[in-house]
Amino acid sequence: MTAPALDLRGLAVAHGGRELFAGLDLTLPGGVFSVLLGASGVGKTSLLRVIAGLDRPTAGMVVADDGAPLAGRVAWMGQRDLLQPWARVIDNVMLGDRLRGRRPDRDRAAELLRRMGLADRLAALPAELSGGMRQRVALARTLYEDRPVVLMDEPFSALDSVTRARMQDLAAETLHDRTVVLITHDPLEACRLGQAILLMAGEPVRVEAIAVPAGAVPRPADDDSVLHAQGVLLRRMLDAAGS
Amino acid sequence: MSAGRIVARLGRPVGTLCGLGLLWWGIVRLGGVPPYLLPPPGSVARALWAQRGLLAGAAGTTLLETVLGLLLGTAGGGALALLMMASTPVRRWMMPLVLLSQAVPVFALAPLLVLWFGFGIASKVVMAVLVIFFPITSSFFDGLRRTPPGWLDLARSMDARPGLVLLRLRLPAALPAFATGLRVAAAIAPLGAVVGEWVGASSGLGFLMQTANTRFETDLMFAALLVLASMTVLLWWGVDRALARMLYWVPDDRSD
Repeated sequence: MTAPALDLRGLAVAHGGRELFAGLDLTLPGGVFSVLLGASGVGKTSLLRVIAGLDRPTAGMVVADDGAPLAGRVAWMGQRDLLQPWARVIDNVMLGDRLRGRRPDRDRAAELLRRMGLADRLAALPAELSGGMRQRVALARTLYEDRPVVLMDEPFSALDSVTRARMQDLAAETLHDRTVVLITHDPLEACRLGQAILLMAGEPVRVEAIAVPAGAVPRPADDDSVLHAQGVLLRRMLDAAGS
Repeated sequence: MSAGRIVARLGRPVGTLCGLGLLWWGIVRLGGVPPYLLPPPGSVARALWAQRGLLAGAAGTTLLETVLGLLLGTAGGGALALLMMASTPVRRWMMPLVLLSQAVPVFALAPLLVLWFGFGIASKVVMAVLVIFFPITSSFFDGLRRTPPGWLDLARSMDARPGLVLLRLRLPAALPAFATGLRVAAAIAPLGAVVGEWVGASSGLGFLMQTANTRFETDLMFAALLVLASMTVLLWWGVDRALARMLYWVPDDRSD
């Protein structure tokens, strides 16, 4: 799978009467994790929805750099796990095929769940799982789609720090080589996973590329360069919020 | 469930019933109400026992009409709600009709329905269907429309087919709302059947009540009323428990 880069060209996005983005030009590199970082309400989710094709921009467009259309090549993972409470874990993972009317691939779904450490929970209902397990099922469902572009909207924000760190490791390992756009408000998450880190602030939003810490992702949370970058990033976010 | 817990759970409703019976007895006794206006509980109980064959037969007819009405009304209302969700023209044309089914008083329609469908159970089944059609259809349709937007976004990002979204996402998500409509329907369907019997029938609890009324057999009429009330409560309870079992993923707080 070759994962394309995403080109955002002259993008304008409005939400609830506010112009969040105007004339935004941005390239999200192919095959790596790009982390979009910003305070709540800055418009991260709106931007991601436009990239996912869920909302239309008021101007501009999002294209893949290989020239082929993006439609059908994007998987989306929202803030909540969005599991169907009536469906067993494995059926939740195969939701995409069930909604497209294709024959679900049970073996592949089971294999993905095994990689998530949920091999013994295939027949469980979502209500029987912890928050971290549910998010792992959601990640397995995203991987089951097997799309080169994966958009993630603060998928780990509701988890406790230990579970979150484990999910970050799992995401970095399983989404390797894909074009991932990850939204977060957590500077540590950005520094652990980002191969491009973009700070969003202002209205309309200005995007600033931040120096990426050294090392392959997932970077250890106690690494000196990660800790330093996290501190710099937090300082920048505070400055941006104060101005 | 242990015997002790059954006693504990039955204790309150039984206590309430005993209290009501006592109040009833007191009003008759102290108020000096003549028995043809309000018979004392004792004579109603005697009528209940003496006419048990008659009452059971009548209750059987009414129960059959009610259950048939519930089944047909649920199937028809459910199918219509799905159609209204799938097609905008159907929604625009049918919504006023669904509303109309609630706006027209069934009491006014009952004589007409008996004329059209005869004195047998058909006209009563139609009455029951009419009475429950609105709560069934509107609750299910509401549930189908109120699918959490996050699920629909997810489905769109998966290039889902609209028909399958309706079937595998909107439909199961609407079942709790549908169940609410079905519980209401179970409670009011007997009413439709009895009104139909009242207007023109040769059997059923409504028919029995009406004949007892005209003959001033007030104790029999009260006995029939008691049977009808118990039947309705049991029907509601059965539907409620069946739904709770079918909707296994919906939190069901039965702690009290």
